[in-house]
Amino acid sequence: MTSILFIIILLYLLSSAGYIIFLFAQKELYHQMSYRIMMAGFAVHTALIGYEFFRIGYLPAQNLHQTLMFTGWSLAGVFLLLKYKYRLNILGVYAAPLATAIMIAAFCVPAVAVSPTPLFKSIWLILHIIIIFIAEASLSLACGTGILYLIQEHAIKTKTNRFFLKRLPSLEFLDRTGSAFIVTGFTMLTIGLITGFVYAQLAWGKFWSWDNKEIWSVITWLIYAALLHGRLVAGWRGRRAAIMAIIGFAALLFTFFGVNFLLEGHHDEFTKW
Amino acid sequence: MMNSQNGNGDPVDKSVPGPVMSEIVLVGLNHKTAPVELREKLAFSTEETENALKLFRKDPHINEAMIISTCNRMEVLMVTKNQSLAIETISSFISKTTSISQKQLKPSTYIFSGEQAIQHVFRVASSLNSMMIGEPQILGQVKEAFKTAVNKKNTGLILNRLMHKAFSVAKRVRSETGIGGHAVSISFAAVELAKKIFDTLDDKTILLVGAGEMAELAVEHLIRNTSSKKLLVANRTLSVGIELADRYNGHAIRLEEIPEKLKTVDIIISSTGSPNYVITKNHVKPTMRSRKNRPLFFIDIAVPRDIDPAINRISNAYVYDIDDLQGVINENIDTRNVESIKAERIVDESVIKFTDWYKSIDVIPTIIDLRKKLNTIVDMELSKTMQTLQHLSRSDRVAFERMTESLIKKILHDPTLFLKNPGSHRNKSVYLDFTRKLFNLDS
Repeated sequence: MTSILFIIILLYLLSSAGYIIFLFAQKELYHQMSYRIMMAGFAVHTALIGYEFFRIGYLPAQNLHQTLMFTGWSLAGVFLLLKYKYRLNILGVYAAPLATAIMIAAFCVPAVAVSPTPLFKSIWLILHIIIIFIAEASLSLACGTGILYLIQEHAIKTKTNRFFLKRLPSLEFLDRTGSAFIVTGFTMLTIGLITGFVYAQLAWGKFWSWDNKEIWSVITWLIYAALLHGRLVAGWRGRRAAIMAIIGFAALLFTFFGVNFLLEGHHDEFTKW
Repeated sequence: MMNSQNGNGDPVDKSVPGPVMSEIVLVGLNHKTAPVELREKLAFSTEETENALKLFRKDPHINEAMIISTCNRMEVLMVTKNQSLAIETISSFISKTTSISQKQLKPSTYIFSGEQAIQHVFRVASSLNSMMIGEPQILGQVKEAFKTAVNKKNTGLILNRLMHKAFSVAKRVRSETGIGGHAVSISFAAVELAKKIFDTLDDKTILLVGAGEMAELAVEHLIRNTSSKKLLVANRTLSVGIELADRYNGHAIRLEEIPEKLKTVDIIISSTGSPNYVITKNHVKPTMRSRKNRPLFFIDIAVPRDIDPAINRISNAYVYDIDDLQGVINENIDTRNVESIKAERIVDESVIKFTDWYKSIDVIPTIIDLRKKLNTIVDMELSKTMQTLQHLSRSDRVAFERMTESLIKKILHDPTLFLKNPGSHRNKSVYLDFTRKLFNLDS
């Protein structure tokens, strides 16, 4: 198990290195290779999670180790997919190292024993987890695109940094792609929350229980809703949209980890370690 | 600088103190030494140029002068015998008319004299010293500057010859090197930048403010690079705007309509001759909301600038002036290096040739050449005659030689005195040149 995890980390690490070389050398070949290596890493990763899933009979996202594994997996998968669709090659510089870091964190966190309950096998829970993780991966990519936007905008405004000006795509493209990531992420987040409510109804007999996790999830959802609304109605584009995407992702991270570590709620188990 | 010995090894007669040789001096600043803020204050109007020329003509230290004032440079080219006093006159005039203190000017100013000045002038005319190396406008601007100086009677033999040489060097550089063809223009840089702001330029609307040559170049490049067919031309004279707009299937608007049109256009290229900002922050700020923050890209190729640089601080609005674009252009300079080397060689060759001529029109070389010429004639005639007079004794022959030598000395005495001090220093080079022509010294 550990050795397979090690292989995954190695592949992601190689892919990250390739993307960083691509940032400097700007040769098509480098990002193409990095993309393929990432794909190989993702395939091994998928096999590992699939194997776990069939071995224990429920989705392996019940303790911090598993959660991180799952986070890295969804990030890699969503990146591979969205990069293919939107051709934002340079985003690999953000996504690959991030996935690598998450996997290294997973490697360092010991897997604590989980006592499974029948509820773990609910299809709603499985859907809820998968969809929410896809949403989070998309929104983290939106944050990354937002960061790229701010870097490029800074380069154009200050007229000094020719390094990024040459290497990053146009502002309009970054803005539009970031927005597309948010639309994807927001849609998934909405569906994920609905499946979560359904699961809650089945598990605890009520949709909503004023749990911290629930409250923060809705706050995060509202931030992204506001962002999309602002874009459509008031023309929140460019810099403001990029900053909002980063703030939204910060809120998301807090909902994901912060609530578990700092507040109390019913999602406690999945960050146990 | 001067040979103290002539070809025959005769010592040069230095006993008559001649006036100091006048020198070609160039003083000025350009885009490399001065920021646009300073250059735009220095851009002389026609009237200011004429006033300056008038003043320089009266100045006893300035023999000849011309002023090259473009948006990227402000240079005074002159022939002077007292460099420091002449520069004093010029810089005090400039600080008086532009209210920039001499202290402020000094760090950006360069002074070239002699060969260096000649080389600089040739390089400027050949567009090797331009912000965009190889851009075609500079030659026309230099010609215009020369014409103004000629009309105001500020030039004389030396500048006339220097400038005509400069024009022919520029022509050679243009025809013999690929510099002009490789000209990495402002427009090229502007298009590159536009592509970093906009994903595609095809659906963008371009607004051209002012119908200058540079702006037209930029628009042409933009239109060639995109399928954008939406062009607006705003010009002070509507008819000129209409003419230009027609050429690119665009529409002409009045300058007053610009604020309203900012709501719909995406790229603004400005190159008016206006001394003030044509588009200010207050024009742009309110339009961003109704534009829904779609980006606005301002390309300001005017000096003095047309676009308030403060607009760059507004979110989603980007302003690039001519200096900023230069940063983008510098990246592409390497590709043209080979052609530049060729062009520099042409310039250097011409500098050597011109320097030879220039040195020759000085007093001493002219007198040396004159004496050499007479010596050659006398030697030849004497040896011919001596062949028929074989009976003469050795001492007779020496007497003949002495006589011819003193003939030459006597003949040259008055011309030498005159050339060394012709009364008016302004005409000295003319007399020298005339002498050389009269005796055919340069064949």
